[in-house]
Amino acid sequence: MARTSIAVVFAGSGGAGAMTAGAVFLRAAAQAGYYGLMAQLFGAQVRGGESAALVQISTEPVDSPPDRYDLFVALDWEKVDQFAAEIPLDSTSIVLSDPEAGAVPPAIVRSKPRCVPLALSGEKGEGAERRANMVAVGAVAALAGVDLVQVSAAIDAVYASKDAALNAANKNSAEIGAGLAAALTVNLRLAPATAAPRWLISGNQAAALGALRGGVRFVGCYPITPATDLVEWLSPRLKQLGGRLVLGEDELASINMALGASFGGVPAMTVTSGPGLSLMTESIGLAVAAEIPLLLIDVMRAGPSTGIASKTEQSDLNLAIYGAHGDAPRVVLAPISVADCLTATEYAVYVAEQLQTPVIVLSDQALGQAATVIDLPEKRPAAHKRRTNGAGTSQQPFKRYALAGDAITPMPAPGTPGMAWVAEGLTHNEVGLPASGAGPHVAQINKRAKKLDRFDAGQYWGESWGTGETALLAFGSSVGPARQAARRLAANGHHIRVIALRILSPLPMEALAHALVGVRRLVVLEQNHGAQLYRHLIGHKAIPATAESVARPGPLPFRPSEIGSYVM
Amino acid sequence: MTEARSPIASETQAASEQCALTAKQFSSGAHPVWCPGCGDFGVIAALERSLAKHGRPPHDVVLVSGIGCSSRLPGYMSTYGFHGVHGRALAVATGLKLVRPEIDVIVVGGDGDGYSIGGNHFLHACRRNVDMLYVVMNNRVYGMTKGQPSPTTEPDWDCDIAPGGIGLRPFNPLAIAITAGANFVARGFSGDPNGLADMIVEGLGWPGFAFIDVLSPCITFRPEQVAWKRQVRPLTRSVEDDRAAAAALALTDDGMGLGVLFRGERAPVAPVAESRTTLAAIEREFAV
Repeated sequence: MARTSIAVVFAGSGGAGAMTAGAVFLRAAAQAGYYGLMAQLFGAQVRGGESAALVQISTEPVDSPPDRYDLFVALDWEKVDQFAAEIPLDSTSIVLSDPEAGAVPPAIVRSKPRCVPLALSGEKGEGAERRANMVAVGAVAALAGVDLVQVSAAIDAVYASKDAALNAANKNSAEIGAGLAAALTVNLRLAPATAAPRWLISGNQAAALGALRGGVRFVGCYPITPATDLVEWLSPRLKQLGGRLVLGEDELASINMALGASFGGVPAMTVTSGPGLSLMTESIGLAVAAEIPLLLIDVMRAGPSTGIASKTEQSDLNLAIYGAHGDAPRVVLAPISVADCLTATEYAVYVAEQLQTPVIVLSDQALGQAATVIDLPEKRPAAHKRRTNGAGTSQQPFKRYALAGDAITPMPAPGTPGMAWVAEGLTHNEVGLPASGAGPHVAQINKRAKKLDRFDAGQYWGESWGTGETALLAFGSSVGPARQAARRLAANGHHIRVIALRILSPLPMEALAHALVGVRRLVVLEQNHGAQLYRHLIGHKAIPATAESVARPGPLPFRPSEIGSYVM
Repeated sequence: MTEARSPIASETQAASEQCALTAKQFSSGAHPVWCPGCGDFGVIAALERSLAKHGRPPHDVVLVSGIGCSSRLPGYMSTYGFHGVHGRALAVATGLKLVRPEIDVIVVGGDGDGYSIGGNHFLHACRRNVDMLYVVMNNRVYGMTKGQPSPTTEPDWDCDIAPGGIGLRPFNPLAIAITAGANFVARGFSGDPNGLADMIVEGLGWPGFAFIDVLSPCITFRPEQVAWKRQVRPLTRSVEDDRAAAAALALTDDGMGLGVLFRGERAPVAPVAESRTTLAAIEREFAV
């Protein structure tokens, strides 16, 4: 029986072309009608460090890292010791490597895989240049049953080069690889695919697109791994749409530029990762106090401090929800899949604009940098525009922070006659003038709290699958492995419910209570040591005191088998 | 300032038909927290006069500030305002001006806010050359926290936190602004509100980043600064477009020369272009 999925590693030192090999293979398979996901594993060096493309191809949507890899293709062995421990192999795994690159190192042999030689670099003087990474792609595609025509088309798309000699060398190399594979006694052939209109998109691209869909037309940002590729993708497209991205001198400038633009009436965002979020917390408080809509995307990485810039963790939850001095409530939400980075981010823009408050999208490196084949996105969230004008505007002076009536008060943009107001970070009165009395302080804190108290995310609270009495509750990139674990257990007759929490704060208490009806055992999964989500939920009495916590730091992803063995 | 198209449909232009404006129309009527005799009263008077002369109605102007005595100013005027966190006013103003090029953006604040906690933003605002005016009320002291040395304080100024003086070379805001790329650099004096108002009008009209460092005495913690009114005098020279000469002038000047020291010709940041594509076209690149 043909297999339904394959998990392949293309590994090499920086510059060997492992990431490009992964990207070409993923795209070729996607064009052939398969689903897939490519995660990136790399070290801290800018060039010359270790890198590995972790590619899964399947007849079904892929939302979880695999327990183990079927195939490990070594473009060289130079830095393998630095990441071998993070790539699970076993005795049924196959290792393809060029004998010219040297013996398979102990870090790999230790897993007792089947080692198969493959002449990736070939003999000198063969005529056309042989490019090892494309030889590897040609071989792997042939083994998986992905047509060479698709590989050729994927080479065109990924390299996007007009260099005819380069394109010919790449395609020729892939063909050589396919020829070499035909001589191998390795069977990794996939079941036939079902083609349908799909997208190949990363979580960071999806989040950027979601922001554009939501109407964001100004971005202030400072580069930080692993959020940089989000803004690099966004910058030229935002410009084409008549918007602007400004590279701030630091994160302090970036968030304040976004606040200035938002004050000007244009939906605005900033994009960062943990260290940047730490720097931005003071101004998050300003956005809360002055009631300025702001979208902030945090693509989480391993912390604290500089941590591991290139690897994932879910450890900014406390900072995102509670970070800032004073009472500074804001909305925090986390996409539950790569595809949901699009929907959740678009929705986040509307929430920020509607509530006139900062909204933090808590993505993570595992979602953000996973290039994924997804079905065409379903329907979009209903658009919400900022309230800019209200009744009684003839009243002077204009009460921007009025206490009577709706807690969401009109926020006219500069240029509106007769409505001038001051966005004020000091405790202020209804007009917006500084006031240091107890009365305005308490009244304005209550006003802002009321906006969030009345916020109801409705269907966007989260998702729930299955009806088992045992439930896994997760957020962000931990949702996928939980679902995969549940699918496997279901195949063995054990029905596990999976609850994915999209709105992390303010907690959707009613929706969560409803999702928990009939649950006798609840396990909260998260990728940080301090059980930040678990404590948040317990603290709000959103889950029963008997709930169990599985909290461990990154950067290794949860594996379905790890979750399965805990539950059983 | 240069007229440009805004991404927001604006009734602004229609409403801002030129009509005689008075300085009083730019006052919010709120009573400043400043000490009696504070130099900042002269600066707000100059701002009100210059805005009336400039001719844009209050709702077409935004005053942006950070934290400090002088940063309280937006609340005292009838324009739109943004009173943000300490040191980040220039960043707020940059985002605002880039999305609303037809609005006049004026940043106000003190020497602590602009040269110390916000020093990095000052450098990059000069570099960026976004079309706005930055007015710093420089009293060479942290007044709101009751008398600590700022980046422009003399090295031997005795104070509780640094007995005998801080012992550091003062920051030269004009020289730094010129070398970092500001397009209009001037020094004003709060005791000469008419001269300052003229300077503000010119700075508002000058394309790019215009910067005015205003000597504005702190009567409470630096009472000796009342002598400034006898020490100031007009600058003997003004430099057009020669940054090296202007920087040399700023570095050799004793800090008491009033006037526009430098006028540059750098083109300011262009406003955003019109949309040339659609979301649907962008989304098609993901199709496989």
